[in-house]
Amino acid sequence: MAEFVTVLVDGIFYSAWLFVAAVGLTLIYGVMKIVNLTHGSFYALGAYAGASFTGAWIAHGYPPMLSYAVLLAAAIIITLVFAPLIERGILRFMYAKEEVVILLITYSLFLILEDVIKLIWGVDPYFVSEPYGLLGSFDVGEMTYPTYNLILVGIAIVSGSGLTLLLQGTRIGKLLRTVIHDPEVSRAMGINVDRFYLVTFTFGSMLAAIGGAFTAPTVSVVPGLGVEIIVLSFAVVVIGGLGSLPGAALGAVIVGLVRSATIHYVPALELFVIYFVMAMVLAFRPRGLFSLAEPRKI
Amino acid sequence: MHSLKKLSTAVAAALALAPVTVLAQDAAPVKIGVVAFLSGAAASPFGVPARNAAELVIELMNAGKAPAPYNTKGFGGSKIETVIIDESGGTTTQVTEFRNLVQRHNVDMVIGYISSGSCVGIAPVAEELKKLTNFFDCGTPRIFEDASYKYVFRTSPHSTMDNVGAAMYLKDVKPNMKAIAGINQNYAWGQDSWGDFEASMKHLFPKIAVKTSQMPKLFAGQYNAEISTVMGAKADVVHSSFWDGDLEALVLQAAPRGLFKKSTGVLTAGETIMAKLAKQIPDGTILGARGPFGPYAPDNAYSRWLKKEFQERYQVLPTYPSYQMAQAIMGVKLAWEKAQAANGGKRPSNEQVAAALEHSTFEGPGGTVKMALGKGHQAIMETAYGMSKVVGGKVTVTKVKRYPAEVVNPPEGVKAADWIAGGFKH
Repeated sequence: MAEFVTVLVDGIFYSAWLFVAAVGLTLIYGVMKIVNLTHGSFYALGAYAGASFTGAWIAHGYPPMLSYAVLLAAAIIITLVFAPLIERGILRFMYAKEEVVILLITYSLFLILEDVIKLIWGVDPYFVSEPYGLLGSFDVGEMTYPTYNLILVGIAIVSGSGLTLLLQGTRIGKLLRTVIHDPEVSRAMGINVDRFYLVTFTFGSMLAAIGGAFTAPTVSVVPGLGVEIIVLSFAVVVIGGLGSLPGAALGAVIVGLVRSATIHYVPALELFVIYFVMAMVLAFRPRGLFSLAEPRKI
Repeated sequence: MHSLKKLSTAVAAALALAPVTVLAQDAAPVKIGVVAFLSGAAASPFGVPARNAAELVIELMNAGKAPAPYNTKGFGGSKIETVIIDESGGTTTQVTEFRNLVQRHNVDMVIGYISSGSCVGIAPVAEELKKLTNFFDCGTPRIFEDASYKYVFRTSPHSTMDNVGAAMYLKDVKPNMKAIAGINQNYAWGQDSWGDFEASMKHLFPKIAVKTSQMPKLFAGQYNAEISTVMGAKADVVHSSFWDGDLEALVLQAAPRGLFKKSTGVLTAGETIMAKLAKQIPDGTILGARGPFGPYAPDNAYSRWLKKEFQERYQVLPTYPSYQMAQAIMGVKLAWEKAQAANGGKRPSNEQVAAALEHSTFEGPGGTVKMALGKGHQAIMETAYGMSKVVGGKVTVTKVKRYPAEVVNPPEGVKAADWIAGGFKH
């Protein structure tokens, strides 16, 4: 029983981290129909900005408890610098092109941003471990967990429920759903689709950057950080259904719990299990668990 | 008359030496391909310190400022030039880069490779292209156990020594331990390291219980579930051959959960994080440096030279990848000059340098390097382990124990796994 609880807790923490990292990817695809590989770059940019801003904050002797706000601010600032530039400067000229062309463009941008990161921060690792230990730890059975992990769970809940409320319960959400359904008709009805694209891309990228910033205290922030996360994020959103918010949540929970159970009971299968789940889902539901029937446009 | 005789003797001697001197001054430079991770998670702890060491050592050698017998300029009077390549991108990319180094850059030799995956992929290509290649860091013992090579060398010890040494150290400092667990990366290096450690422990502690072996993928980054599993196993010792950013992430995530306080950590590549993660490494953690490097380096002229010059240039002490790179260049330099001397002072061929390096013994910043395994292509060295102790905010090592090369390495012609299974017999 104790081990089962540990599996559950580990799975929840991993799911929360995955969801925060992946939700922006599904949001951008849902609205803009872009498979956005720069998502990994924004995760890495968030991690670098979080580590360097918070490192400087703590080095200057400012209150450590505010370092969480600094992590958040760093992610927001770095996204506001890069995301509008990319969307307005490059992507908006590409929307008329096929999805695969945009995929290649975002891949090119991903590679460019990897080098931009090295130009700005170099190749030395950045550590900002203080926020990780600041809140102490708590015990679940015989296991000790850093309280910091609960912050990631909180961010996952707030971002998931906040996005759902925004989409389902506000006027902006209704307009956004209209854009998702048919951008051309939305444009004809006077909706500023370009602005929605800009805001969606920026907000989706910001979620990735927040994921990166709040991961920074738990890892060594080094070049290449964005590569792994993009692969995992795709597994999560493909399982749930590209563009589906509840799908991303379910995909993250499935991956998190299955991975955790595998590590505890059959560690040799850890590498294989995430992609096995993805393959099984795609075999029976090729568009993911939460895909909806799409109206055919004539 | 007497002075005239002396003068004529001197002139004759000068004339006799003239061809060699002219040859050395006008000789084409020796071009070395240097390969190490310059981007990605392994760049900072491994690739960059190794690249820095290569640049520093080569610059000092070109100026004739290395300690004897490395104090001749360049390689046998020929200036050394480098072509530096990033090891990132996977084995296929590295094979392409290696071919580029040989066929487009026309390098005379290649010194490099940190990842065991790179070394396993490059070795047959180096042989095919007949290009002298010295692996300076990668650890898997499979390279010279599964094949024999003419042009491929490794002047650093392989990972068997690290893990046999760790087990012997545990026998010395924790003779009553009962259970072990492991967390290693899921590829050649991690699997071989755990395999050697587990087998060594079973031999040295016949009643030892193996609680769990975790094998997360390389660069996974998140280890909470693995840490929980290992903590739940309640082993006396947790072995890890993690390196690069993965090691840093593991130690960062393990620290607030007290993993290495509840179980003694054995980090076979732990020396690279001593300076960076002093707050997270609890006292009593067993740290390895993949040989007698860093805090375990002997106090000889070469280690003093490397430490002094490296610290002056980069404001940090060299870590073990720097030592390994330095000794890789030193070993090849001696072999080159021995081959050149045997060749009547003419530039030696790759075959002649390889023959000179085979079965050679030389001194470096980590002490004596003997090319004793793999038909004279694989080095053995002594090794050392110690326990961490934070003094004045810095991690130091205490209870250091040293193990002679022949004790922690298999004899020639015997596979590491068979040697361990057979009870370390020589």
